[in-house]
Amino acid sequence: MQRRKMFTFITLFGISMTLSILIVLAAFYEHIFSASYPEINRDRCLYATLLEEENTKESGMRRGPMSLFYINTYIKTLKTPEKVAYSTVPNTVNTYGNGKKISLFFKYTDPIFWEITQFEFLEGKPYTQRDIDNNESVAIINDETRDDYFGKNVSAIGKTIEINGQYLRVVGVVRGCPITRLVVAADVYMPWHLQKRASVTNELNGNYTAIILAKTPADLPKIQQEYADLVPRIPLSETGGFKPDKLNTSLSSYFDSIVRDMFFGAGGSSARSRFYLFVVVFALLFMSLPAINLVNINISRILERASEIGIRKAFGASAQTLVTQFVIENIILTLFGGMVAILISAVFLWWFNNSNLIAYADLAVNWTVVAVALTLSLVFGLMSGVYPAWRMSRLPAVEALKG
Amino acid sequence: MIHLKNIEKVYRTDTVETLALNNITLQIEKGEFLSIMGPSGCGKSTLLNIMGLLDEPTKGQINLDTQEISDFSDKKLSRFRNQKIGFIFQSYHLINDLPVLDNVELPLLYRDVSSAERRRLAAEALEKVGLANRMKHYPSQLSGGQKQRVAIARAIVGQPEIILADEPTGNLDSAMGNEIMEILENLNRADRTTIVMVTHDENMARRTHRLVRLFDGSLVSSNTFVN
Ligand SMILES: Nc1ncnc2c1ncn2[C@@H]1O[C@H](COP(=O)(O)OP(=O)(O)OP(=O)(O)O)[C@@H](O)[C@H]1O
Ligand SMILES: [Mg+2]
Repeated sequence: MQRRKMFTFITLFGISMTLSILIVLAAFYEHIFSASYPEINRDRCLYATLLEEENTKESGMRRGPMSLFYINTYIKTLKTPEKVAYSTVPNTVNTYGNGKKISLFFKYTDPIFWEITQFEFLEGKPYTQRDIDNNESVAIINDETRDDYFGKNVSAIGKTIEINGQYLRVVGVVRGCPITRLVVAADVYMPWHLQKRASVTNELNGNYTAIILAKTPADLPKIQQEYADLVPRIPLSETGGFKPDKLNTSLSSYFDSIVRDMFFGAGGSSARSRFYLFVVVFALLFMSLPAINLVNINISRILERASEIGIRKAFGASAQTLVTQFVIENIILTLFGGMVAILISAVFLWWFNNSNLIAYADLAVNWTVVAVALTLSLVFGLMSGVYPAWRMSRLPAVEALKG
Repeated sequence: MIHLKNIEKVYRTDTVETLALNNITLQIEKGEFLSIMGPSGCGKSTLLNIMGLLDEPTKGQINLDTQEISDFSDKKLSRFRNQKIGFIFQSYHLINDLPVLDNVELPLLYRDVSSAERRRLAAEALEKVGLANRMKHYPSQLSGGQKQRVAIARAIVGQPEIILADEPTGNLDSAMGNEIMEILENLNRADRTTIVMVTHDENMARRTHRLVRLFDGSLVSSNTFVN
């Protein structure tokens, strides 16, 4: 059944745009939250990123990452986890190499960091506890830094890189990861003992975060519980005139830790459900605009085509034939719109990955989202396009003819 | 062929009730060419629509080809319309999005006819109405008379037993009207097609077998012509 070209175009455009936006959003969501290089163990990991010391009487608060002391005393000692790794939040530094100024993110980590993450070593290998015991000045860099600092296609192992006035011997080169892997991404990694003011005080706040690897995903709640039981027993002390009386902290999934850091404090234990509520409401509002538009276009198109329905009935089309035709037409249109959307979003994601807006970006089309979105638009299409057509086709032909 | 018995049609809107047809009883035999006349608004189109199964009477009984159709399913009605009836509407009712040839093919689309055969038959029908050179045009590119002829081609393409024509010559000059009339007469004579035609033109009516007059929804007279 041929249809008005303008309407076809607008309908297609609506379907394609809505689906493209959904696919791209889903790709970003996946990029940020799903277990991916080098944190392929995310499903087995908990993250300790935030510590909140609170004075409930004066509603004062001190929040931030944790000290080495805190992690060593209270997280490393947990019984249930398989391993605990820690690293500082990334910092930037300028250095000079290959005749130019290079701006780098650097991190201090412990050796276990390299066991929990699954970085691919292009050259060399991780630093170990022995390097720390021997007070070695060593570093691991990513491939981009190697290319920038030492030049493309040259080995960096054994060469020296200068960071903050320290001269470090490169012992490993890893394939880099996008900065959106917030807990593990950096250009240069150094063992923690090289941190100049490595804290030995008993302060709880510092600049470290920890990744806790469980033996199995089923252990995650047990670890969280063990930690939750421990927290109230952690002694709090007055520092700098601030006297905390309550400690808010929890071990959370990567998703929760990111979302909570973005939207809520450490006390936000229900971060996930609140975030989901937020996302669902937002997505519904966002989705409803093109959906309403689609329904609107479909219905007005049907009214426009009322006389066509009448004419076809007059010359022998049964209600069933007409509805079948509308269904097929709608399905073809939606699938075509879906194909265009996949094409648009694939091109966009490809462009984004290659644009270096985020180095090492690895966004991809999520086929589950494509399937769900296509199904939804089919449902919308059938409800808005086929249902009125069905109603119309059941009227006597004259009614439709009069429009 | 067409038997109407005590047909009544009432249109109800929120405010008024119109008795469009009042107790119409009419028998049209196979091969008959019947004309209907009457003032505007007297119910001619309504009557034709009911004969063509496009509308349902409020009361009364319709027999088409000896079959009582009141309990026909939608599917059966559709098949009946498709196989037996060809419509020519007062306001053409062409599908504007389709080219002339596709418009003419329409009745065959709902039959078991190959697309090549559809094309051939539609082209043949267009030739009969003198529009063979306009097959690729869209209805919006045609004059009123040409649209009317496309509508006629569509009505005859499936060689129905009954043609219901609502003022088929109303928008045409007398020469063209004459040509259309000849086409209809020819169908009636050669194929024994039953034709019911609404007209405002007394001369056209005289060329048919029988003329019935409607007034305010009622049949008021019936003349038989010997041609
Ligand atoms: N859908 C409708 N709703 C209400 N009234 C209607 C409807 N269709 C027709 N009528 C009324 O029924 C009566 C008969 O209409 P109809 O179209 O059959 O007249 P007609 O004889 O064909 O007139 P014309 O010569 O102008 O075509 C008119 O009074 C008209 O107003
Ligand atoms: Mg009329």
